[in-house]
Amino acid sequence: MRLTGARMVLEALRLEKADLVFGYPGGAVLPLYDQLYDAQVRHIMSRHEQGAIHAADGYSRASGRPGIVFATSGPGATNLVTGIATAYMDSVPMVIFTGQVATPMIGTDAFQEADITGITLPITKHNYLVKDVHELPRIIKEAFYIATTGRCGPVLIDLPRDIQAAEADFRYPQEVFIPGYNPTYQGHPGQIARAAKLLSRARKPVIYAGGGVVYSGAHGELLELAESTGIPVTTTLMGLSGFPGGHDLALGMLGMHGTYWANMAVNDADLLLAVGARFDDRVTGKVSRFAPGAKIIHIDIDPAEIGKNVRVDIPIVGDVRLVLSELLKKTAKADTAVWLEQITEWRRAAPLHYCQDPEGELCPQYVIEKLYEETGGAALITTEVGQHQMWTAQYYRFNHPRSFASSGGLGTMGYGFPASLGMQAARPTELVFCIAGDGSFQMNIQELATAVGYRLPVKVAIINNQYLGMVRQWQQMFYRSRYSSVELQQGPDFVKVAEAYGALGLRAQKPSEVGPALRRAIETDGPVVIDFRVRPEENVFPMVPPGSAINEMIRGESK
Amino acid sequence: MKYVLAVLVENKPGVLARVAGLFSRRGFNIESLAVGRTLDRSLSRMTLEVDADEKTLEQVVKQLNKLINVLKISNLTLEPSVNRELVLIKVRADAVNRSEIQQIAETFRAKIVDVSLQSLIIEVTGNEEKIEAITLLLAHYGILEVARTGKIALLRGSKTTKNGGI
Repeated sequence: MRLTGARMVLEALRLEKADLVFGYPGGAVLPLYDQLYDAQVRHIMSRHEQGAIHAADGYSRASGRPGIVFATSGPGATNLVTGIATAYMDSVPMVIFTGQVATPMIGTDAFQEADITGITLPITKHNYLVKDVHELPRIIKEAFYIATTGRCGPVLIDLPRDIQAAEADFRYPQEVFIPGYNPTYQGHPGQIARAAKLLSRARKPVIYAGGGVVYSGAHGELLELAESTGIPVTTTLMGLSGFPGGHDLALGMLGMHGTYWANMAVNDADLLLAVGARFDDRVTGKVSRFAPGAKIIHIDIDPAEIGKNVRVDIPIVGDVRLVLSELLKKTAKADTAVWLEQITEWRRAAPLHYCQDPEGELCPQYVIEKLYEETGGAALITTEVGQHQMWTAQYYRFNHPRSFASSGGLGTMGYGFPASLGMQAARPTELVFCIAGDGSFQMNIQELATAVGYRLPVKVAIINNQYLGMVRQWQQMFYRSRYSSVELQQGPDFVKVAEAYGALGLRAQKPSEVGPALRRAIETDGPVVIDFRVRPEENVFPMVPPGSAINEMIRGESK
Repeated sequence: MKYVLAVLVENKPGVLARVAGLFSRRGFNIESLAVGRTLDRSLSRMTLEVDADEKTLEQVVKQLNKLINVLKISNLTLEPSVNRELVLIKVRADAVNRSEIQQIAETFRAKIVDVSLQSLIIEVTGNEEKIEAITLLLAHYGILEVARTGKIALLRGSKTTKNGGI
């Protein structure tokens, strides 16, 4: 079958069973968009390429399938960079097609030329510049394979315009042959046996679960392991939906804004089982004093994560789900009763707290708690980045895997709203909330047009404190309240913005208005923006100050 | 400590940039780097000399392994191996001291490969110690320019770095 390069892309997408592409057209992808015109695959056009790539990321996190993005050359491609880096840091599978100037023009500083394979070298799992249309089928096959296997990540294919127009025989390979790429899935049985032995002997064990649990679909195995051994589980931000937040053995999040009892437990543990997590600095605090008394077992699919930040006693390279199911066969109930009692005491001593005066200023934490109540914890949630993100992690209890998407590694403001559109597109019948800050939301606010245009009925809950709240908090705590460029008092009026785009805009300023606003949003068919006007100078606690060990938390002010 | 790694990579455009980029962005130091095709034209062998502690080296190797175009990494440091570097040294020389410099070159089994009225080019092959020694001596006459290939290495005996012998 002789096809043009552009047609090959669409054929390959069909064979990869892709149902949705996010993108934005332009000169260098005209052949590709011409093929889209009567293709079966659905295309969602964003209002900015960054919106498209974050949406594809949200789609992937909600569905487990790779996100697919089209963008044009030059600025189209460079506008993707933040989204590619976000996906790379959080191990999200994506296949990105960018247009490129025609091959004879490459290197001449042609109009809308950018060396996107060079630019994305450090933020893609792999990338390709296609110089021969005959190689295109193999390259697309490899790209999907590399993106979705091992530790997942974004793969970019740069497609010069003449390659999109050139014709060749199309035979999509059944298999890939990549000699330099061989992910390990099965954990080493000897190491697993050693880990099981340590687990059964531990008196103060903690499971520290990360995004790998969610991505490998290991939530069932993790729950079974925790329940059968009686070992409590703390999760990272990325791991939040990997273990039921309301479970007796759930300690909540650990780290810089983790719960007091999770951090104390990790600090005091004699055994730490790290599952699909990477000992990020936001988790460990001062790394030399992290879990000082604990033996560490580390399960991860990426061998480079093991031993990168902390010393590990038992490394197990492999797929988290496969390793946990092997581990389950060998573990028995550990004697953790005394330990769990100790943790309960910590929990009692320093619960998460805030004070909501029924007639007073609205507390941001109260909004999140009400949101949890009104949605029954069943909504799909995205966040932007900042205080509201941490309050969400603390106060919304996630019970289902892939129900939460947030930019964990890169900390990308502007991620949450477009990502929520992708989540909604992946799971159209479910309720999707984006919990946003008034700063972050404005970074991709233009995607309201996408939400309205494609009838993606996402609800945006803006925790509007009229500040870049997290930066303000740090300036208050560590820079003597010298608030430098953090004020956002000038607006905009988010209700009017929503209305201008054709969405419903709501506002809540008093505690009594929160429930009704949320209910109205949930009952509304289309996209809704709710402007929650909250107390401007509320801070996120507990907090591990930078450079401190995680048991050295600032537990917060009482108001 | 200095480590010598033999890295077998696919001979494709951009592979050198991937390897070099990895070193710079992760803050690893390359002391020297030599690249050449193997007998199999689709593969290249890179010889990297890395100054790192053991933990950093482990990360270097693991991160290199994650590059799709990297097929095999062998650490030649701790095994008996032949290490060589080729250096061209342009040294100031005139009628008065030319023969003196020639003697030095002979002693080091180096070759004079270019002569002019004011200078000589000396080609020297050897390990780091030897190259340092001759450089130190020649510096006395005034070194005008130096070009080095970077270190290359092979395991001693019939042992090869697996599938890197080609």
